[in-house]
Amino acid sequence: MSITDSTSIVAENITKSFTTRYQRTAKQVAVAKMKGRKVSDRFDALHDVSFQIEQGESIGLMGLNGSGKSTLLKIINGVMAPDSGSLRTRGRIFGLIATSAGFHPQLSGRENIILNAAILGMTEAETRRKFDEIVDFADIGNRLDTPVGHYSSGQSARLGFSVAVHADCDIFLADEVLAVGDRPFKRKCLKKMEEIRDSGRTLFYVSHAAGSVRRMCNRVLVLQDGHLAFDGDVDEGIKFLHYDDESDEANEPDADEDDADEELGADI
Amino acid sequence: MTSLLPTRRDGGVPPLRSPAPRAGLLEVFQRRYLLRLLVRREINARYSGSFLGLIWSYINPLSQFCIYYFILGKLLDRGTPNFAVHVFAGMIVVHFFNETFNAGTRSMVRNKNVIRKMALPREMFPVASMLVSLYHVAPQLLILLVVCLAYGWNPDPMGLLAIVMAITLAMLLGTGLALLFSVANVFFRDFASVVGILTNFVRFGVPMIYPYSIVEERFGETLSQYYLYNPLASAVLLVQRATWYGTLTVEERAGELPSYLFERGAIMIAIAAVFLVFAQWVFRHFEDRIPERLT
Ligand SMILES: Nc1ncnc2c1ncn2[C@@H]1O[C@H](COP(=O)(O)OP(=O)(O)OP(=O)(O)O)[C@@H](O)[C@H]1O
Ligand SMILES: [Mg+2]
Repeated sequence: MSITDSTSIVAENITKSFTTRYQRTAKQVAVAKMKGRKVSDRFDALHDVSFQIEQGESIGLMGLNGSGKSTLLKIINGVMAPDSGSLRTRGRIFGLIATSAGFHPQLSGRENIILNAAILGMTEAETRRKFDEIVDFADIGNRLDTPVGHYSSGQSARLGFSVAVHADCDIFLADEVLAVGDRPFKRKCLKKMEEIRDSGRTLFYVSHAAGSVRRMCNRVLVLQDGHLAFDGDVDEGIKFLHYDDESDEANEPDADEDDADEELGADI
Repeated sequence: MTSLLPTRRDGGVPPLRSPAPRAGLLEVFQRRYLLRLLVRREINARYSGSFLGLIWSYINPLSQFCIYYFILGKLLDRGTPNFAVHVFAGMIVVHFFNETFNAGTRSMVRNKNVIRKMALPREMFPVASMLVSLYHVAPQLLILLVVCLAYGWNPDPMGLLAIVMAITLAMLLGTGLALLFSVANVFFRDFASVVGILTNFVRFGVPMIYPYSIVEERFGETLSQYYLYNPLASAVLLVQRATWYGTLTVEERAGELPSYLFERGAIMIAIAAVFLVFAQWVFRHFEDRIPERLT
C-alpha cells in the first residue's frame, strides 16, 4: 500500500523488547549470580510488526492476554519508542490504555481534565469551551472535585473516556475501556464510539469481546506473542482467534434478551 | 473524503511523523501553557489544606532569618559583621539549588501515572520543579532586600547583575543535575537518597555559615582557588556581593570577597550551560526506557 495524504498510521517492522528482572536489590542479585541463576531476561513484546492504516478506519486489535496489545498502543501513542523499526502517525492522538488515561491520582477530576487536555495540545480557551460537555458526559456527579486516586475504576474510566471523545483527536485508542463501565455507560460509549468512527477519525479498539468488535470495527489485527498473526476482515479475524464459537457461551447469562443491541452491549 | 482528513488550524494536513515528543527542553518551553499548569499545580499542592497558604512562603524565610540573627549573629558571634545577612543571602541560593535538585530528581517517579500513559516531553517535570523552587526565591529575596535596607545598605547596579548571575547559575546547574538524577532515579530509587546526601554537602561547601575570608585565611591564596571551582560557591558569593557586601563599611569589606568574582561567575555560567546540554543529551539517551521502568 502506498502512503498518501489519507494515511493515518504506518508501522514498519517495529520490535519492542522488555527486560524482565527477577531480582531487584543488590543482595538478591549477588545471591542469584553466585547460584548461577539468571538475573534478567529480554524478550520481544512486539516482534517485527508492520501495518498501514488509513484515516477513518476502525481497527479491532485482538489477542490473548500478554500478546502485546497495550504495548502496541503505547507505541502508537508515543509513550514508548520501538527498539527498531519505525512508527509514524498523522494528527493528534488520544489513548486510553488499560482502561484509563494518564491521570494524576492526587489531582481532582477537574484538574485532571484540564491537564490531559493540555498534554493533548489543547489551548486554554479550547478546554474551557469543552469542559462542561466533558463533565456532562462523564456524569460522575460530585466526585469531580475529589482526587482521582479515590475514584472507582469505572469512574476513572468514565472520566478518561469523556476527555478522549471530546478532545479533537484524529486517532483514538481505546484499550479495554468498556471492561469496567456499567451497562448504561457501555451503551452510551458504544454509541459515542460509533459517532467517532463515522466522523472519520481513526479508531483503534482493543477488546476481548467479539460482539463489540464486530459492531465497531471494519478490520481486525490479531497479535500472538508479539507477532502480527492476522490482519484483515473482522469475521475472519474473530474466527482466527476462535472467539466466534465461545462468544455465544460467554454471553449465556444475558442470552434471554432478544434485543440484539443489548446482547452486544453485554458482550463487552 | 478530504473533509475526513485531520487538519491543522491553518487548514493544511499535518505531516506523518513519529508520535513521540522529540524536541526535549525546547519543546518544554514551546508548551508554556502545559508547563504553567504543572507549576501552578505543584504550588497549589504544596499549600493545599493550609489556611495561610502562600503567606507561608514569607513566614518560613522570615523565621529563618530571625534564627540566624539571634543564634549566629548574637550567640555565635565570630566577628563577621552583619553575619545574619551573610548567612541568609547564602541560604537563598543553597535552598533554591537544593530544592531544584531534590524535587527534580523525584519528579519523574512522582508523576509516573501520567508519564506511563501520556506522551509529553518528560523534561517537563524536572523543569517544573525548578520553576516551583524559583517561585519561592522571590519572597526570600524581597525579605533579604528589606533586611539589607534596614542595615543601611546602598544598592548598586552591579549588585543587580550579581543576583541575576547567581540565580542563572544555580538554575542551569540545578536543572542539569535534576535531569540526570531524575532518570537515574527511575532505574534505581537509591539516587533520591544520594541526592539527599549531596545537598547536605552543598550546605557546607559554600561560604554560607562561614565567611569566605576564613577560607582564604586557612587555605591561602592558591588553595582557595580550588575551593572556588565549586560553582555554587561563586553563586553564593555573588548574592553576598549584591546584598551583604553593601551593608558593610569600607574597612569591613577588605578581604571578604575573592577577586575576579564576576569574571569567574560568567565562566561558570557558560560551563553550566554546556553541562545542561550534556544532561539533556544523556536524558535523551535513556528516556525511551523510562515509561516501562516506572512501575
Ligand atoms: N514495563 C514492562 N516491563 C516488562 N515487561 C512488560 C512491561 N509491560 C508489558 N510487559 C510484558 O509484555 C507483554 C505484553 O504486554 P501487554 O500489556 O502489551 O499485553 P496485552 O496484550 O495488553 O494483554 P492484556 O490482554 O492482558 O491487556 C506481557 O508479557 C507483559 O508481561
Ligand atoms: Mg492490555
